Amino acid sequence: METILKSAQKTVVISPEKPTVLIGERINPTGKKRLAAALAAGDLEIVRREATAQVEAGADVLDINVGAAGVDEVEMLPRAVRAVMEVADVPVCIDTANVEALRAALEVHRELAPEGKPLVNSVNGEEARLEAVLPLVAEYGAAVIGLTMDDEGIPSAPEKRLAVARKIVERAGALGIPREDIVIDCLAMTVGADSNAARVTLEAIRMVREELGVNQTLGASNVSFGLPDRETINQVFLGMVILAGVNCPIVDAAKVRPAILAADLLLGRDAYGMRYIRAYRKRRRQA
Amino acid sequence: MADILQEIATNLYDGEDEKVAQLVQKALDEGMSPQEVLNDGLIAGMDVVGRDFKAGDLFVPEVLIAARAMQAGMDVLRPLLAQGNVPTVGKYVIGTVQGDLHDIGKNLVKMMLEGAGFEVIDLGVDVEPGVFIEAVREHQPKVVGMSALLTTTMVNMKATIEALEDAGVRDSVKIMVGGAPVTAAFAEEIGADAYAPDAPTAVEIARQLAE
Repeated sequence: METILKSAQKTVVISPEKPTVLIGERINPTGKKRLAAALAAGDLEIVRREATAQVEAGADVLDINVGAAGVDEVEMLPRAVRAVMEVADVPVCIDTANVEALRAALEVHRELAPEGKPLVNSVNGEEARLEAVLPLVAEYGAAVIGLTMDDEGIPSAPEKRLAVARKIVERAGALGIPREDIVIDCLAMTVGADSNAARVTLEAIRMVREELGVNQTLGASNVSFGLPDRETINQVFLGMVILAGVNCPIVDAAKVRPAILAADLLLGRDAYGMRYIRAYRKRRRQA
Repeated sequence: MADILQEIATNLYDGEDEKVAQLVQKALDEGMSPQEVLNDGLIAGMDVVGRDFKAGDLFVPEVLIAARAMQAGMDVLRPLLAQGNVPTVGKYVIGTVQGDLHDIGKNLVKMMLEGAGFEVIDLGVDVEPGVFIEAVREHQPKVVGMSALLTTTMVNMKATIEALEDAGVRDSVKIMVGGAPVTAAFAEEIGADAYAPDAPTAVEIARQLAE
């Protein structure tokens, strides 16, 4: 199962047979007050800087989210997509809850990369979301992230998260969106509130891989909320979810790329450890 | 006499729920008033939990088990408090705003408020403005607390405050807001009465607002 994303210059292939693809998470104002303020003022300088810095740190795809108080997403999201595509050559992941902003951003993407294929973040099992987002994904030939939650919230049973994933794949299929263009996110909840939360996610990932075989993403860092030394937990969890079936996590590349390269090496996806070694040398040079 | 109250507070801090329940019963058997046990045992213990959590010395799971121990103690006290008609600090309606499913922060605030003696009405997550309005009408709380964890849902705090205004109940309550993307400036801009950056601070502010 290959999910193919394209910018004007670059093609990224997400597949269980290939090394893990890193979706850079940093262009997102949640918890970043300076970025939020800049976006509200229409200033995209931080967005450009984060784009180049993340590609430099090894991000293969860049998530772009401009949702913040005082930001008109319909205006700012297409501008941000344009800004990122002008300074970085990697494919983008358009991240918004606003359907009009999504359409405007997809339009800009089509203009700048007529042969391109972005990732859309996201649809979920909610009826309103499925009906609003999937037709746009089909119309623009994009790929889409499907979150395993629905009108009832986030299921606590792995079987139910699988059921939501199945529903998203089926509904997309009915609109002619092939299974390889769906990337499922089984949702990481913090073990700070429920010590079994990560096991549920891991089990859901395994079930989705076995039954649906689709590629999978995960915003993994939420798993450690409320706990000390979050980095250790995040890195170990990334290794586990990659083993279970996640192959394009949404991450802070500068922080976790070494751990992900190590996971790929240990899973036999890095012949002779060359990617791991090369990344180590580059870090050493920069130190 | 005071030793047992200290023991209750210490065991609550350590999350020893069964021990707390036993000690609360023992304190009552020794003739202490339910109010005394509540204020100088359970609430005193939760105050230390809040202080140390805020200082970064305690972590979320530890706060959760301390809150569970608090509940174990409350289960013993509640029937007696109800009998004695002991007034609570005040009613507090809490919820995560529409479109947002994050509940950890909201639950922490809830538990700490209960730990401080508030009667908390929890509306859950993804709460529509109309549900806040109904709750204010029905429970007549002193304070309404709203949580949002997303930049895309925090705008629904503003919508909820406007809905409370339109319903004519805005001025009957104090409104507090919090959550990762929320700032004091945002709270002021949308017409909330207060902003709290963390759960222990939320309790301090709620105490002031409820006076």
